[in-house]
Amino acid sequence: MKETRDSIQDIWGQRTGYEGDWPVRVDERIEEEPDHWVQSACVLCSNGCGMDIGVKDGRIVGVRGRAVDSVNHGRLGPKGLHGWVANNSQDRLTRPLIRRNGKLEEASWNEAMDLIVQKSKELVEKHTASSIGFYTSGQLFLEEYYALGIVGKAGLGTPHMDGNTRLCTATAAAALKVSFGSDGQPGSYSDLDTTEAILHVGHNIASQQTVLWMRVLDRLAGPNPPKLVVIDPRATYTAEKATVHLAPRVGTNVPVMNGILNLIIQAGQINQEYIEAHTVGFEELKQIVAKWTPERVEHLSGVPAAKLREAAHILGTCKTLVSTALQGVYQSMQATAAAVQVNNLHLLRGLLGHPGSGIYQMNGQPTAQNTRECGADGDLPGFRNWGNEDHIKELAALWNLHPDQIPHWAPPTHAMQIWRYCEQGSIKLLWISGTNPLVSLPDLDRARKIPAKEDLFVIVQDAFPTETTALADVVLPAAIWGEKTGCFTNVGRTVHISHKAIDPPGEARSDFDIFVDYSRRMDFRDQDGNSLLTSTWQTTEDAFNAWRECTRGRPCDYTGLSYAKLTGGSGIQWPCNEQYPDGKKHLYEDGVFNTNIDYCETYGHDLETGAARNQDDYKLIDPKGKAFLKGIDYEPPHEVPDKQYPLWLTTGRVVFHFHTRTKTGRSKALQEAAPDSYVQLSTEDAACYGIADGDMVEVVSRRGKVLEPARVGDIEPGLIFIPFHYGYWDKADRPRAVNELTLTEWDPVSKQPHYKYAAVHIRKVNA
Amino acid sequence: MQLPHYLGLLENSEKQLMEAFEYVADKHKDEPDIEQMCQKLSAWSREHHGRTQAFVAKYSEEKEDEPDKLKRELFAKKRKGSLALLRDLHDLWLLTQEVHLCWVVIRQAALGLRDEDLKACYEFCNARTQRQADWLLSRIKQAAPQTLLVAE
Repeated sequence: MKETRDSIQDIWGQRTGYEGDWPVRVDERIEEEPDHWVQSACVLCSNGCGMDIGVKDGRIVGVRGRAVDSVNHGRLGPKGLHGWVANNSQDRLTRPLIRRNGKLEEASWNEAMDLIVQKSKELVEKHTASSIGFYTSGQLFLEEYYALGIVGKAGLGTPHMDGNTRLCTATAAAALKVSFGSDGQPGSYSDLDTTEAILHVGHNIASQQTVLWMRVLDRLAGPNPPKLVVIDPRATYTAEKATVHLAPRVGTNVPVMNGILNLIIQAGQINQEYIEAHTVGFEELKQIVAKWTPERVEHLSGVPAAKLREAAHILGTCKTLVSTALQGVYQSMQATAAAVQVNNLHLLRGLLGHPGSGIYQMNGQPTAQNTRECGADGDLPGFRNWGNEDHIKELAALWNLHPDQIPHWAPPTHAMQIWRYCEQGSIKLLWISGTNPLVSLPDLDRARKIPAKEDLFVIVQDAFPTETTALADVVLPAAIWGEKTGCFTNVGRTVHISHKAIDPPGEARSDFDIFVDYSRRMDFRDQDGNSLLTSTWQTTEDAFNAWRECTRGRPCDYTGLSYAKLTGGSGIQWPCNEQYPDGKKHLYEDGVFNTNIDYCETYGHDLETGAARNQDDYKLIDPKGKAFLKGIDYEPPHEVPDKQYPLWLTTGRVVFHFHTRTKTGRSKALQEAAPDSYVQLSTEDAACYGIADGDMVEVVSRRGKVLEPARVGDIEPGLIFIPFHYGYWDKADRPRAVNELTLTEWDPVSKQPHYKYAAVHIRKVNA
Repeated sequence: MQLPHYLGLLENSEKQLMEAFEYVADKHKDEPDIEQMCQKLSAWSREHHGRTQAFVAKYSEEKEDEPDKLKRELFAKKRKGSLALLRDLHDLWLLTQEVHLCWVVIRQAALGLRDEDLKACYEFCNARTQRQADWLLSRIKQAAPQTLLVAE
């Protein structure tokens, strides 16, 4: 065993203070000396750290950071250093399972796939392809999403395909589209190397992206450290380092952001020239935020007026700024509108498109960007616009189909609606890949009843038995990271290749092979009678090359990338094409955005109702490359504490786990570092309810109840926190999944569910 | 002057729309987006209804009541099954068009009268009526294929 640092005890490692060039530090942890190293990148958050996999005798024995990689300069976080252990777990699914007489029994691939194909054909025949839905992940590789996108949109022709990315980053995509006309982060991580100020809104970066946080910590430890503004209701690790920490009440992101923008406009700290040349909508936005004086913001959000002024002063005077937002914004009330206010801040000040300034509408998952790019969620491949007939024709030409085969009569069905159709019985086959919805969906009591329905045929494709596989009709054992080759793109547009290092266990197969096999067995054909996927897609590299063509001329242009180019060095940012052969650090350098009517990914929405606009509506407002400044007024959350349920509940992550812990829970070190769920409450509330650290607490909402040990402190009174990682696969002796309590409702634009607030009551249950 | 007649018609249709949104919100609680958005849009209509009161008072001593025939016909049957949502949204959309048309007519009168307040009220309310209709149409388009082709 060799490790360069103990990332459990010291999460972020030693400081290498800097300004300008972030020094390299190679983090490594191996259990045995590898025979050889295989290039890859980490899949345990959205950061996408370049990583080599150490292999000995056909097993993974360790990992090390890639010094050459622009994302991490060699560093790895605790999940990256320890999570790989799960590949070798004895719990892996190794054979297909079919439910027979109520029990899941082992079967051959032929039997399992035949059953799926027979069921699919029956349903299409009887009920059209709209009786089939797909619910995928932010964990697959881009070749797999693109295959899935083609299977669903071209092969079957169903509009029902989305990912668990709906729960985590749908608002990131929505906000970027609202402001800039398409998805895609404007800046680069390297902006952190020189920036004067950083804003984190609802983003506990220290726990979520430990390696990116190392970069921030190193800046803070170097010369000319940036000023740090953190907006978060909890005193997180991130908040501890803040120059100014604003702790707003749950559901008040819009008032706080409106208040900040108002102060900046009032102080004349905006870039009038930039606004006039490159944006539309300033007067309306100004009017909306004008009502939000610091005093009014304080009254509603609890953020002291003086602190709001301090934050606005930093954000209004810095010459460069990097902002990030995540679930505190995306899973809360008025998600898209609040996220857009972060974009507005940069637009009003002209702080994007140049070194030192950038916006990160963050992702949570390693490959969520590809779910969005490749059409495996509620978007079309290559950021195409479902409302633009020409974009549909481009896809139809690529796939050699009649355009009408591709469903585009309405926006692709979002995940929550897919689940609702399943609940109502009009979706009769649901194919879940790489995700565990029976821990991660809101209102679990309601969600659990859906896969249990007799008239819903459920396929679950996963690497481990989960709460969800337990209710499946067919379980397909999937190969994971390290066991297959493919590419994926981090939140910063950086594309990495991950080479196959070892064989998958037993009969497990890659998601790519499974989807291509399904296409072959379904005999999907193009309009000339050629096989849709199988005739040209022998390997994932074939799929990657097909994907490149799909991106030609689109914002996410991959045409300059290849497996060869991605192998050996650093990850590379899109767009990468003839014009930018080494990728591009900043989008929108010239202040021209992707909003042109022929190019934009969406014709937009009414931010308040979510009503979709069509091409004719857009003609009237086509900003021809200018960005949109949009805002709305505050709207209170739908459920607020009352006499019966007097406390707010919010949810979030812990640093040592990822999602529902299917991998991290199987790493001994990570599991021991954070073995169980808990409820965090303020010292004031703890005193009021007579609760001490470690006491078991019953938490009850209108939807359900959980029992959690108490952890006292570092949170505002009136608010309690429970992490979202913990379910039942390894511990079923008490209700502990926080989603027993959460609400089924979602943002009108991004359709992302509201996990960040629910009204609850609590009591101590042991003596 | 027949303006009071149309103000009465407007007031009445806005009230019907408000009640109809409330009714649909309550009836389709299992559809979270329907419940919440219909409640919000009902609140919009309530506000519009309130704003028209000043003009009803200004132009008419006695309020002219229009029987709510339209609503009775639209929401008469107790619909069940998967078609119910689509049909209810359909009827809500029809009601928004009734409100919109009343406003178009009243706006013409407001122009003739040079009544700036009434014009301003039109600008505010009618724009939101349009947004109510836009949302309904979006949601109807989304629900239609599934309801007509797959649902039983």
